[in-house]
Amino acid sequence: MKQVYQPMENKRVRTGKYFMMGNVACAEGAIAGGCEFAAGYPITPASEIAHTLAKRMLEVGGYFFQAEDEISAICAAIGASWTGKKVFIPTSGPGISLMLENIGFAVGIETPCVLVNVQRGGPTTGAPSMGLQGDMIQPRRGSHGDYEIIALCPSSPQEMFDYTVRAFNLAERYRTPVFVMADAFIGHMREEVAIPEADEIETTYRRIPKKGADLSTIKVFLDEEVAPMPIFGRGFKSHVTSSCHDEYGNRNLIDPTALDNFIQRLRNKVLKHRDEIVQVESDYDSCELALVAYGAVSRCAKEAVRVARSKGLDVGYFRVITPWPFPDREVQDLSHKVKKILVLENNSGQYYPYVRAEAAGRAEVEFLAPEILGQVHSLDYVAQKIEEMLR
Amino acid sequence: MSSVEHPLRKYLRPSVEATTFCPGCGDGTVLTSILQAIDELGMTMDDFVFVSGIGCAAWIISPNFNADVLHTTHGRPIAFATGIKLSLPEKKVMVVSGDGDLTAIGGNHLIHAARRNIEMVVICANNGIYGMTGGQVAPTTPREARTITTPYGSLENTFDISRMVQAAGASYVARWTAYQPRQMTKSIKKAIQKKGFAFIEAISQCPVQFGAKTGAGGAVEMLEMYRKSSISVKKAVEMSPQEIEDKIVTGEFIDTAKPELCDEIARLKERIRGEG
Repeated sequence: MKQVYQPMENKRVRTGKYFMMGNVACAEGAIAGGCEFAAGYPITPASEIAHTLAKRMLEVGGYFFQAEDEISAICAAIGASWTGKKVFIPTSGPGISLMLENIGFAVGIETPCVLVNVQRGGPTTGAPSMGLQGDMIQPRRGSHGDYEIIALCPSSPQEMFDYTVRAFNLAERYRTPVFVMADAFIGHMREEVAIPEADEIETTYRRIPKKGADLSTIKVFLDEEVAPMPIFGRGFKSHVTSSCHDEYGNRNLIDPTALDNFIQRLRNKVLKHRDEIVQVESDYDSCELALVAYGAVSRCAKEAVRVARSKGLDVGYFRVITPWPFPDREVQDLSHKVKKILVLENNSGQYYPYVRAEAAGRAEVEFLAPEILGQVHSLDYVAQKIEEMLR
Repeated sequence: MSSVEHPLRKYLRPSVEATTFCPGCGDGTVLTSILQAIDELGMTMDDFVFVSGIGCAAWIISPNFNADVLHTTHGRPIAFATGIKLSLPEKKVMVVSGDGDLTAIGGNHLIHAARRNIEMVVICANNGIYGMTGGQVAPTTPREARTITTPYGSLENTFDISRMVQAAGASYVARWTAYQPRQMTKSIKKAIQKKGFAFIEAISQCPVQFGAKTGAGGAVEMLEMYRKSSISVKKAVEMSPQEIEDKIVTGEFIDTAKPELCDEIARLKERIRGEG
């Protein structure tokens, strides 16, 4: 059968203003950020990302690989990243659950890759088209072993674009997996999305060793300042193993200090650069009370603060943009400057214990789940809680 | 004093000084067959990216081969190799791993890679047991065999790996035992040159786990058994299933030409661009 093809839109950056779905904006952000290989498996509520990529990736000379399962999807993407491609793995919570072992693998062998979790209602198969911020700790602690991760939390279709671009830059800069933690609300939300001119979009590319470099003389792993990546196909004869290894990639399963080095260097690679990574949006100076929120719920929190202030109440706002690495210093500052903190999440309190622990001894921290889990809090409900806490 | 270097030593990582294989292990024969094939084809290690999973056979390439080597998680080497090949189609991608890795935990990736007919060489060193972890029953363990997790004998049927991969759509499938290194080398050469998914099942003796647990004996006894039990694919056709039961059918199961995935993608990209 003769196929008829529409004229292709071969531009990486579709500059312009659009009324666009969050998931589509996410896919466009990936392509604008330089994505060359994407892999996935059908899953609600993230499928629109794959649908967009399936068409667009070929147009820009890349490829979208629909795998036999999510495990294969992340493995193929990691493999592609080791050939020097920028790679992207969009999915939802059940997909992340299947990928976790190999997310740890990507951390361990320092592979740049971007994952999107368009979170849905769980546990288990749950409610696929309902949004729940139910997987917030999963990227941080889901894979076995001791490691750090970077995650971003968009709250609008515009941020689905912007943060996906930033996620690619962070992944390339720190040679590590980066999560975009969306949810079904943001993924399926349609709003104005402004895509800038191509030259206004900052894109970063990983360092690689010079051509002809002798890998027995340069450190290509476990550098806290991020080692160059000895990608395949360039004659480096790279030995890449997720087994405990040294700076040159040599396996070492015997020496306990080798394991300590393996864990600490990987953690410090992220933690030492936390000032360049951590991002919050805040407005709380000397307020009595501040609301802490992220993602879809931060929209409600922001509005609740506006309404409360219009009534003369002394309420501040603290939005977490990068839940991981944990914004410890920022939460410390918050807890110094306000008396009370109210954490709002669309779950039963996943991020709340981290905030409470960081603010311990300084501010009183409470948690408010939505009236119905899987729905964003109503303004009245939040307003009532604010008044109660300020009474 | 002058020293003579093994002709295949140049393909091994200079830092490698010792083998991790147990005495009598067949995986050394598989390693030699792979390097011999590359040598006879006049190729270099830079023509390849090697990928392995978890288990003894995964250590055939890691860290031994002086090439780009990716040592991965259990069961997933074919999935990693798929991403590598799709992104680096001009390179030869070879997966070397064991039967537990490729057919138990990783069985799904094996059949789908064969179905896609993506150009790749997969060498499955089949020792019929989980060697590295202490001799547990595998999908390839003979029925009734005693292992550490089947102390009363295995109740399960045995995978016919080569026929499974053939049925899934591979372009080239062959099975040889470690008693047939020349035939194995010849098949690996064909597999490397194959435009499509090529699979080689290398029956490899494990005297330390399989031999000791099942009573099959040491390396010499096991190789002797391979010699006596092996029959050709051609001969097997004329025999009844009962007659074949205790035999090892060796030879080429399929050698055919059909559209290969990376080629198809390249053609699609050209078509999209050409008409754009």
